[in-house]
Amino acid sequence: MDARFIPEPVHLIRFAPELLLTVFATLIMVLDPLTKEGEKHRLGILALVGLLAAAWGAAVAAANPGTAFSDMLLVDGFATFFRYLSILVGVLTLACSFAYLKREQADSGEYYALLLFSIAGQCVMVSANELIMIFIGLEISSIASYVLAGYLRDDKRNNESALKYFLLGSFATAFLLYGIAWIYGITGSTNLAEIQRVLSNRDIAPSVNLIGASAALMFVGFAFKVSAAPFQVWAPDVYQGAPAPVSAFLSAGPKAAAFAIFLRVYITAFEPIADQWQAVLWASALATMIVGNFAALLQSNIKRLLAYSSIAHAGYVLVAVTTHSQIGTAAAMFYLAAYAFMNVGAFAVVTHFARQGERYVNIEDLAGLGQRQPVTAALLSIFLLSFIGVPLTAGFFGKFYIFKAALDANLVWLTVLGLLNSAVAAYYYLRIIVVMYFHEPSESVADLQSPAPGIQAVLWASAAATLILGVFPSWVLDFAGKAALK
Amino acid sequence: MPSTYPEQYFPILLQVLLGVVVAAALVGLSFLVGKRVKNKVKDTPYECGVNPIGSAKERFSVKFYLVAMLFILFDIEAIFLYPWAVVYRDLKLFAFIEMFLFIILILSGFFYIWKKGVLDWQLEDEQTFQQKKQVLK
Amino acid sequence: MPSSVPLSWYLILSAILFGLGVAGFVVRRNIITVFMSIELMLNAVNLSFIAFSYQLRQVDGHIFSFFVMVVAAAEAAVGLAIILTVFKNRATLAIDDVSSLKN
Repeated sequence: MDARFIPEPVHLIRFAPELLLTVFATLIMVLDPLTKEGEKHRLGILALVGLLAAAWGAAVAAANPGTAFSDMLLVDGFATFFRYLSILVGVLTLACSFAYLKREQADSGEYYALLLFSIAGQCVMVSANELIMIFIGLEISSIASYVLAGYLRDDKRNNESALKYFLLGSFATAFLLYGIAWIYGITGSTNLAEIQRVLSNRDIAPSVNLIGASAALMFVGFAFKVSAAPFQVWAPDVYQGAPAPVSAFLSAGPKAAAFAIFLRVYITAFEPIADQWQAVLWASALATMIVGNFAALLQSNIKRLLAYSSIAHAGYVLVAVTTHSQIGTAAAMFYLAAYAFMNVGAFAVVTHFARQGERYVNIEDLAGLGQRQPVTAALLSIFLLSFIGVPLTAGFFGKFYIFKAALDANLVWLTVLGLLNSAVAAYYYLRIIVVMYFHEPSESVADLQSPAPGIQAVLWASAAATLILGVFPSWVLDFAGKAALK
Repeated sequence: MPSTYPEQYFPILLQVLLGVVVAAALVGLSFLVGKRVKNKVKDTPYECGVNPIGSAKERFSVKFYLVAMLFILFDIEAIFLYPWAVVYRDLKLFAFIEMFLFIILILSGFFYIWKKGVLDWQLEDEQTFQQKKQVLK
Repeated sequence: MPSSVPLSWYLILSAILFGLGVAGFVVRRNIITVFMSIELMLNAVNLSFIAFSYQLRQVDGHIFSFFVMVVAAAEAAVGLAIILTVFKNRATLAIDDVSSLKN
């Protein structure tokens, strides 16, 4: 036994965002009982400081790329991209949450601590270079999210959301873990590069069927986490029942991180067996798009509609994963960033509009918003148009790059069917815009106050990001292209 | 040295047989030889000598659950001490610092639950408890 | 050293346990039982890890199962707390009764 397990200082620097997030989250948890009722929002500000510190940590870590802790962690451009994305989603969620928690009179340090823990888990996930680290990061993120989904414990909808998220999430994790156990047994390692090496060596490559079965088990786990068909059933219930800011967070942060590990595992470790999994992903991507878009057509609850739309968008990203090319990975990264902004923005409008107890969550309740609050309505329209993929919005370039990557990879049918799907999707997004501008104002908009400062900041920031990515996509795409896994 | 499966597992088979025989003998003998007494005291459930009060199917206070849950959490954390103890001598000061940080994290969790009043065991419904006792007497 | 139980026996046992867990998750209607099925699945995975670890003459698999156990405990704590809040608000543990979220 030698001292090679003792990490060098640079290893700690590469792990800086996670360390900072954990320190701040623990600090908030310890300070919570010492803070008076009514002053808890200060802990939220501390959480904001923590997130900014973590962003700084991610920048410092990015300046020192490499592996850490006996190759368990890998800080590369890919990890840095998703670390930034997770932290950014966290900042936006936090800004939305101040007004929400005040309105529901449920301000507490736990909310902020759980948010930070979840983001810490996501950061571990995206920089993991090893299956067990992926599992641990996924669980840190998930367990915190389960509690967040059921944050208002006296609210029946919150309870149900948390219960379903928890049961189905743990079920999926067990599948993922069983797949990991088999991969470990077959290849003798959980390191992604080592697994790739073993699998690509045809002489020593063990039984193809066994590897395929383990990859399939892991696919079940990943598909659950990214809400891909046929494992998407939990998403509508969870997003509908959870507090609106938490729904925003769940459908942007953990989902992006889950896609990050999905990409990393399938593009590095399972690249040698791509022929086997490509067909499965092809079918899943198509099914996800169809289920998401067609079910969204029938929804009258806007949170549920956004949940189905989130499933459909996961389908588009899966198209990019199916290509398993560098350009496809870059397209997926760009799309996840674009989707995070427009989705958090849309949920911020819902947070604002639903009011206390989330009474107004039906699409018809939005009637007359265009006259009553033209600015909010206009910002929501930007997000909806971006969901559709109208030019000059981030959604357009997101879809454009994904389908371009799909065509480059000769996935013609998937591209055609995907484009048809996004045409169907235009219907239900436009319906919301029509209701907002052309329907008679309902009593629900009569007493609507102007959005709280935090929500306003989120709306403007997300709208700005959506438009900037739509006009200057190369700013993010170049970064993604360089960072994309080869 | 036993080499085949049946040979290897013969001791286990013996053990199983012995267990069955002893158990059957104890139950069977007391059934055959023992004297039977039937009265009310004999039929009450054995509660370590204390007279049972009320039905056993009553719902327990959530405090029991909380303490049980916390016990499991802190108990499981101790699992990490085993691998740590194995490599402690090789890693020296580093191992000490690592475990120190780990314990600090656990203690901050402990501080949290303590301040939140989870460890407070006073019966907030003392009255209802007394009433229940009265009724059962 | 006498030849030990072959690896495949452990793996078959582990697969059976995992299958029982999946079946329990799908079939059972009590939330606590459903939750216990998940724990059974995790323990089946642990068995696989340890069997593989022994076969490969590595200690890694043992450490993995430690992590799985710790995560399972954390999951149990959070899960039971969630189940408790559901029970408090609905006074039922039948999974079919927890279905108010619909369009």
